[in-house]
Amino acid sequence: MNAMKQEAPERQEIEELLPWHAAGTLSRRDAQRVEEALARDPELARRYALVRDELGETIHLNETLGAPSARALEKLFAQIDAEPARSQVSLNLGSRISEFFASLTPRTLALASGAAVLAILVQAGFIAGVMLNDSKPGGYQTASAPTTAPDTGTFALIRFASQASADDVTKFLEANKLSIANGPTAGGLYKVRVAVTGIPKAELARIVKKLQEDKVVDFIATTD
Amino acid sequence: MQTTSDEVLISRIAGGDRLAMQVLYARHHVRVYRFVLRLVRNEATAEDLISEVFLDIWRQAGKFEGRSAASTWMLSIARFKALSALRRRPEEELDDETAEQIEDHADDPETALAKKDKSSALRQCLAKLSADHREIIDLVYYHEKSVEEVAEIVGIPEATVKTRMFYARKKLSELLKEQGIDRGWP
Repeated sequence: MNAMKQEAPERQEIEELLPWHAAGTLSRRDAQRVEEALARDPELARRYALVRDELGETIHLNETLGAPSARALEKLFAQIDAEPARSQVSLNLGSRISEFFASLTPRTLALASGAAVLAILVQAGFIAGVMLNDSKPGGYQTASAPTTAPDTGTFALIRFASQASADDVTKFLEANKLSIANGPTAGGLYKVRVAVTGIPKAELARIVKKLQEDKVVDFIATTD
Repeated sequence: MQTTSDEVLISRIAGGDRLAMQVLYARHHVRVYRFVLRLVRNEATAEDLISEVFLDIWRQAGKFEGRSAASTWMLSIARFKALSALRRRPEEELDDETAEQIEDHADDPETALAKKDKSSALRQCLAKLSADHREIIDLVYYHEKSVEEVAEIVGIPEATVKTRMFYARKKLSELLKEQGIDRGWP
């Protein structure tokens, strides 16, 4: 009798969870608790069968309700067209990057991190190469040799594809006359110099679009 | 194949992307319509409200912070619109439509023939539940919302969500009993 009294609140608590268990929306922990209770309590299991009937008939009922006509969509877009214009480019770079990261799976992110490490090594290789060249005795350099200040030129933000090898990245940078100006950021993004001078936005967009098509590129966007 | 998430679509909508709006609409309009229809019980009103709901989504997309699922956010907007529409409608009209809906189900020849059929009776009783009870049953069973999500959509504490669902089911049993079907519960 005492055991029953002690069990009643627990059964009540479990019973309240049965609809969500049937719909599959309980946490794993709660689902486990319900499963265990159902296994040891035949009356609760019988009530669970009632819940499953309700679930099935509720879905059946809702599925017979039909759908709105095309008029609703037409009306919606007529109203949207009447709204004040909103610029599609109003999404700033941060939002676009956030959007990009939101679309990645954890596995892709892990691979991208690996690519970022790889890219750091590539960058280190470049720096070492430049230093070795600079230190070569008798190296020829004209007095007017162009030097590029770090902040001048036209840039893009880029992240390399996770499957790209160091060799792929090197070839890509060389073929497109790109140089890494900064990075990587926490998300594995590099700031690359697309041109040593400022170029029109349309031209930059064309270049970025072309670069995006290369399999080495995972993500690319213009930046200041 | 990876599909664009609702959250990404909403961020694009915030930037004025009409195509993203079309995708989001195509993905959710039927469920949102059915949720609204079950609340307002009038197809023309529900259809008008769908346009209003998605127009609000268009307007408020920039405010969506992604703290809850996009579908939960959309159902919250839909619920607000439906309740506002119900408040605008005269009481008599509501009563007429409620009666009409119940009568419609009862007059269905298939339903009439299968009056003793438990499934059919269950659906009739689901249609007869009060708006609060219909709403919670639909959110849990059809829209697959968790306790926390229902609490957010309806604006009540989680404990109340559980008890309201319990009482909705209890009322369902009572209605079934009136039709001669004793479920032996509660």
